[in-house]
Amino acid sequence: MYDPTVARLTYRALLGRRRALILGALPLLLIVISVVVRALAGADDQTASDLLGGLALATMVPIIGVIAGTGAIGPEIDDGSVVYLLSKPVKRPTIIFTKLIVAIAVTMVFSALPTLIAGFILNGNGQQIAVAYTVAALVSSIAYAAVFLLLGTVSRHAVVFGLVYALIWEALFGSLVPGARTLSVQQWSLAVAHKVAGGDLVTSDVGLTTATVLLVVVTVLATWYAGQKLRSLTLAGEE
Amino acid sequence: MAVEHPVTTPSGDQTRIHNIGYRSYDGPRLGRAYARRSLYSQSLRGAYGLGRSVKSKVLPMLLFVVMCVPAAIMVAVAVVTKAKELPLDYTRYAIVMQAVISLYVASQAPQSVSRDLRFKTVPLYFSRPIETADYVRAKFAALASALFVLTAAPLLVLYVGALLAKLDFADQTKGFAQGLVSVALLSLLLAGLGLVIASVTPRRGFGIAAVIAVLTISYGAVSTLQAIADAQNSSGAIPWIGLFSPITLIDGVQSAFLGASSAFPGGIGPSNGEGVVYVLVTLGLIAACYGLLMRRYRKVGL
Repeated sequence: MYDPTVARLTYRALLGRRRALILGALPLLLIVISVVVRALAGADDQTASDLLGGLALATMVPIIGVIAGTGAIGPEIDDGSVVYLLSKPVKRPTIIFTKLIVAIAVTMVFSALPTLIAGFILNGNGQQIAVAYTVAALVSSIAYAAVFLLLGTVSRHAVVFGLVYALIWEALFGSLVPGARTLSVQQWSLAVAHKVAGGDLVTSDVGLTTATVLLVVVTVLATWYAGQKLRSLTLAGEE
Repeated sequence: MAVEHPVTTPSGDQTRIHNIGYRSYDGPRLGRAYARRSLYSQSLRGAYGLGRSVKSKVLPMLLFVVMCVPAAIMVAVAVVTKAKELPLDYTRYAIVMQAVISLYVASQAPQSVSRDLRFKTVPLYFSRPIETADYVRAKFAALASALFVLTAAPLLVLYVGALLAKLDFADQTKGFAQGLVSVALLSLLLAGLGLVIASVTPRRGFGIAAVIAVLTISYGAVSTLQAIADAQNSSGAIPWIGLFSPITLIDGVQSAFLGASSAFPGGIGPSNGEGVVYVLVTLGLIAACYGLLMRRYRKVGL
């Protein structure tokens, strides 16, 4: 199910040349901000929770997820070079699965790791906040990568739709319409984080069972459907 | 190609160039200004998907509708409840709807420049009478105009609705004019930033993500820091932090000079002195974007 050559090519497409630097700028900014906040406000659990929840989990993880998830397959489909990959005797679900693993790994490294570091800088893992948000970032990395990889195979405008989901649906509608929160990767991962942290600093609107089931279902379904999409992929012209 | 291959060994007097009767163009030459205008209007139309496929019309039109619908709802509410003023200031509208505006910039800025880079059509533009400055100005002006249309249309809806609801004419006109100035600045600033980021990468998807990341992360970071500064009672620092993201920059300019109420935490906008700094930074950023674009295209145009 895992093809090292495909993985190597995907890593290179995602992180090659200067792209790793640009991808690394976001986590770096998060860490710089946490240093500034720690210097300004000192160690405070509520501040740490707000910053990690608002900036890291709500903004950074989805954006890195969009870049890694759609970037793992989107550009190849876009410029047509995916035919060379598809013409090799590698099963299409294997291609998707490999690309998913790579996308998950990249998202985790560039979002969960900085979240952990930022959490330790902010309040030294007081009340398990750093670990809780890192777990949330890890969990949501998997779901985001799977969903955005699927988007990459379905649409040419995957990045836009991914961002619309991440920013408009989760941030805007999620704060206005309570029902929208049930269908949000962010809230599902927060439910898991809530279980880890235990306290009431990290809260979610979704129960742990529902969240876990939905996370697994969405990830598996998205990956399976992306494999199906790739099996019947037709290459269209520009737009 | 009508080239006759000489059978004998080539020598000086046997080679000749045939005149195969192509006519040279002797119609009017419309020149540089015309080419620049065409590029501008094509880019502006392209920013709304006009003259492109149906699929690429969906997103800009959708965002345009999403921008205007809340304005229409506000007008309807104001008319029904016979309110004395609109529920939202003209100047606040763009700040509230910033997610939609950011998405529009992020989707259309790479559309405007990235594909020219990827398919290497930029040198073809420069084989026409236009020069680097013309290309950059046309693209910049087109995206700024498209953004202005996007941000000014809901204000127009609000204004017309306010007049129909017989709200105070002088008051509304003043607010509308202030709103227009502020969205014009916002359009120029966002268009510049979007184009600079998009012109660096030939890959559209990456450009979109980069633009949105710069806009939302800078806003998120700045408002988080402002909230913390507010909680720490160091409210003197709030206006200075606001200088570091485009949306708060515009917010500061309009609350200092355009009679807007600030969206900063605690409602503390910059004072007049700080407002001057805001204006200077805004104009400086726009100029810097233009300069960076010129530099970039001097290189890729070859």
